[in-house]
Amino acid sequence: MGETPYAIEMLGITKRFSGITANDDITLQLKKGEIHALLGENGAGKSTLMSILFGLYQPDEGIIKKDGKEVKVIDPNAADRLGIGMVHQHFQLVECFTVLENIVLGVETTKHGFLQQKEARKKIMELSDRYGLMIDPDARISDITVGMQQRTEILKMLYRDSDVLIFDEPTAVLTPQEIEELIKILKNLAAEGKSILFISHKLNEIMEVADRCSVIRRGKYIGTVDIDATTPEELSRMMCGHDVKLSVDKEPAKTGEVILEVAGLSVHGKKKGKEKVRNVSFNVRAGEIVCIAGIDGNGQTELVYGLTGLTPVSGGKISLCGEDITHASVRKRSEKMSHIPEDRHKHGLVLDYSLEYNMVLQRYFEPQFVSGAGFLKKKVIREYAERLINTYDVRSGEGAQTTVRSMSGGNQQKAIIAREIDRGPKLLVAVQPTRGLDVGAIENIHKQLVAERDRGTAVLLVSLELEEVMNLSDRILVMYEGEIVGEFDPKKTDNEELGMYMSGAKRNTVEADR
Amino acid sequence: MKDNKSMLKNEGFQSVFAALICIIAGLLVGYIVLAIINPAEATEAMLDIIRNFANYPRTSAKMKYLGNTLVKVAPLLMCALSVNFCYKTGLFNIGAAGQYVVGAAASLYGALAWHMPWYVCILMAMAAGIIWGALVGLLKAYGNVNEVISGIMLNWIALYLTNMLLGTVSEAATPYTTQIKSVNTDALIPDLGLRSLFINRYVTLAIPFSVIIAVAVWVVLTKTKFGYELCATGFNRNAAKYSGMNEKRNVIMSLMIGGALAAVGASFLYLSGYEQWQTTQSAVPAMGFNGIAATFLGGLNPIGTIFASYFIQHITSGGAYLDTNIYPSQIADLITAIIIYLCGFVLFFKHLMNTKRASKGGNN
Ligand SMILES: Nc1ncnc2c1ncn2[C@@H]1O[C@H](COP(=O)(O)OP(=O)(O)OP(=O)(O)O)[C@@H](O)[C@H]1O
Ligand SMILES: [Mg+2]
Repeated sequence: MGETPYAIEMLGITKRFSGITANDDITLQLKKGEIHALLGENGAGKSTLMSILFGLYQPDEGIIKKDGKEVKVIDPNAADRLGIGMVHQHFQLVECFTVLENIVLGVETTKHGFLQQKEARKKIMELSDRYGLMIDPDARISDITVGMQQRTEILKMLYRDSDVLIFDEPTAVLTPQEIEELIKILKNLAAEGKSILFISHKLNEIMEVADRCSVIRRGKYIGTVDIDATTPEELSRMMCGHDVKLSVDKEPAKTGEVILEVAGLSVHGKKKGKEKVRNVSFNVRAGEIVCIAGIDGNGQTELVYGLTGLTPVSGGKISLCGEDITHASVRKRSEKMSHIPEDRHKHGLVLDYSLEYNMVLQRYFEPQFVSGAGFLKKKVIREYAERLINTYDVRSGEGAQTTVRSMSGGNQQKAIIAREIDRGPKLLVAVQPTRGLDVGAIENIHKQLVAERDRGTAVLLVSLELEEVMNLSDRILVMYEGEIVGEFDPKKTDNEELGMYMSGAKRNTVEADR
Repeated sequence: MKDNKSMLKNEGFQSVFAALICIIAGLLVGYIVLAIINPAEATEAMLDIIRNFANYPRTSAKMKYLGNTLVKVAPLLMCALSVNFCYKTGLFNIGAAGQYVVGAAASLYGALAWHMPWYVCILMAMAAGIIWGALVGLLKAYGNVNEVISGIMLNWIALYLTNMLLGTVSEAATPYTTQIKSVNTDALIPDLGLRSLFINRYVTLAIPFSVIIAVAVWVVLTKTKFGYELCATGFNRNAAKYSGMNEKRNVIMSLMIGGALAAVGASFLYLSGYEQWQTTQSAVPAMGFNGIAATFLGGLNPIGTIFASYFIQHITSGGAYLDTNIYPSQIADLITAIIIYLCGFVLFFKHLMNTKRASKGGNN
């Protein structure tokens, strides 16, 4: 019996959930030392397939082979023992623990019952340096950015010496620079003999990093192609079943009156005393998309928290449609402001509520949804939710009644976008709105954002992705270390120039109004 | 096959199933303890407990003692509802025990010192419970004091304040409060014929009231805007904040209502005349704590809680039928405590079932 070239084989995998067949007879073969991309629309069943490999779900049909031998991955511990590691789409970190504690969690070395963190720390710092993950081992998870949380997850897996590494949309939250870094890491790891499964919706990344790519659509296996022998267009055609246009058509903006006016705004971070946003002034007019660009962790999150009322501001003034809302309640602000939050699980959704309940999260109190006596009008809510689900193509197992927790990441995001856009706001604050969406959905959302703009909405877009920034915005503001260091016209600038400002190599002072 | 699967996934079915497992486990462990002490009599002893009022041959006696059980189901159910309500807002209202105590204080004081009619006494209990719950809520919302800590401390404060207050209306020769029927019969909750039906003068409207309140709590939690907000706050405080709900107010409101429920529960018991308050007692009455077990056994559902409360009280009362010649009388308490304790494990069993289902997923 010759040695098989495959590290992992998943043969004929079928997995049914109530109302949906998430995986329908899927076959996936991962060669040793290769980077294998997995591509598919939102809800196609990628995460489910990977969860099966990682032992979180048991397949209804089909078998898994590791190094040619059939194995049963009964739970994540078994996966661990088999050398299979996974970075999940949504992080699995303990919020109140430090980075170091999270990494060693479950595999702590102890001596006489006491934690031995010295060696662990050494190993972690080595790994962190080697792969340029820039981890602060003593920071608490609840205090660090989404980007750093992601890097903690990656380290967690590296720390366990796994040889099959599953990455479920690892780049969705990283900055372009960080993605470059990660791609280098992935290539290194593969060169060292690790076999990597990599889920991404970004075709250019797949083209750059992967050796082969398997495509699934609506739970069914479509095919596997060699990256050298394919094009992004072919991949997106395989994935969606039709051609997808990757750039956005838009007319020049017809700007109206000033909707949002921010003057000298300062916001504290989580730790008191340190200002994360310093003396920021800008405005957004009706009918334009203003984009805040910058590397993750430069105060964008806090700026949005300040604008939307999630944290109190420490100085300055915010006006919305001429009204001072600096200290207004969240509810007051949301009359005219919609907010697509950065962290959909933390803020955007009540995961244990049904989809229909989540669809009215921002307007359940309106007379159309609640009777004078305080009873919810469930029928109206159902109809409203169903309309949004159809209009915005939100896919789930059981329609309006699906528990949001069981929905795929991309569809959760689509639900939030549907809810926020449909409220017809004057100002739309969208933070990373297309995070985790497939190319077809991104095209859709971009069109909708532009349509919102053309309807006369002021759109404030916070994005880490330069391509999105360049594609969508009418004006670009670059944020660096809590300040706005430059303002640009997307037609008159390029990635390089923006990159210089984003990394702090250059800065201008920007006047409050142009 | 398909049906079986969806049934196992059904939330309600799971709750009932987990509750049954807990009950069986509790009875089994209780049985084992009895068997260790005296193997020969264990089976009969266990049956005595389970039979409770059915130990009596005559129907009239059965009704009477069923009545005695029901009298105590009402306050237990109210405490359970209190815990349930707060739990939906993400709060563990261990302070229900203390809210129950202040409810007893206010209703008895109203009845004995101020000679108020029963409905005023109930309202006084409600007011006291609201204040006691609000204290926990305010500390939580504005001081970020954990509701379990402040709840436990307030339980003790409530107990000693109540002992002091009710000491002024106790019988001359005993530490017990004066019997309501001897000074103010208006303070006894009316019965509308229930007394003669059960041949038991403690059976009052309090019992149907508590069931109606349970249904009302269920309606509020599942059908109203207020319930929507409370549950959203309980599931995800950050999302509640994001959507502009006033989470601080929700926390306080929830504890105030929880306090009212537990306190009214106490008035349901004491205004039936079934018990007098012992002003020298040095332990917080178990009612509030048993309410926690009843809530969990009831699957955190107000309707389920009705049945769970009945079951727990049934076993507690049944403990009295243990033959004290064979078993020391503390054993009855021990056995019922074990059973109640295991009832609290419902969530654990449910969780176990879910993980089992996830890993076996679809094989059945
Ligand atoms: N635990 C679950 N219970 C019920 N349905 C589920 C569950 N997990 C996933 N699903 C459903 O299975 C389908 C596939 O979901 P999955 O998360 O695998 O998609 P995905 O390909 O990872 O999508 P995305 O790109 O949006 O992350 C979805 O329709 C989802 O609603
Ligand atoms: Mg996914």
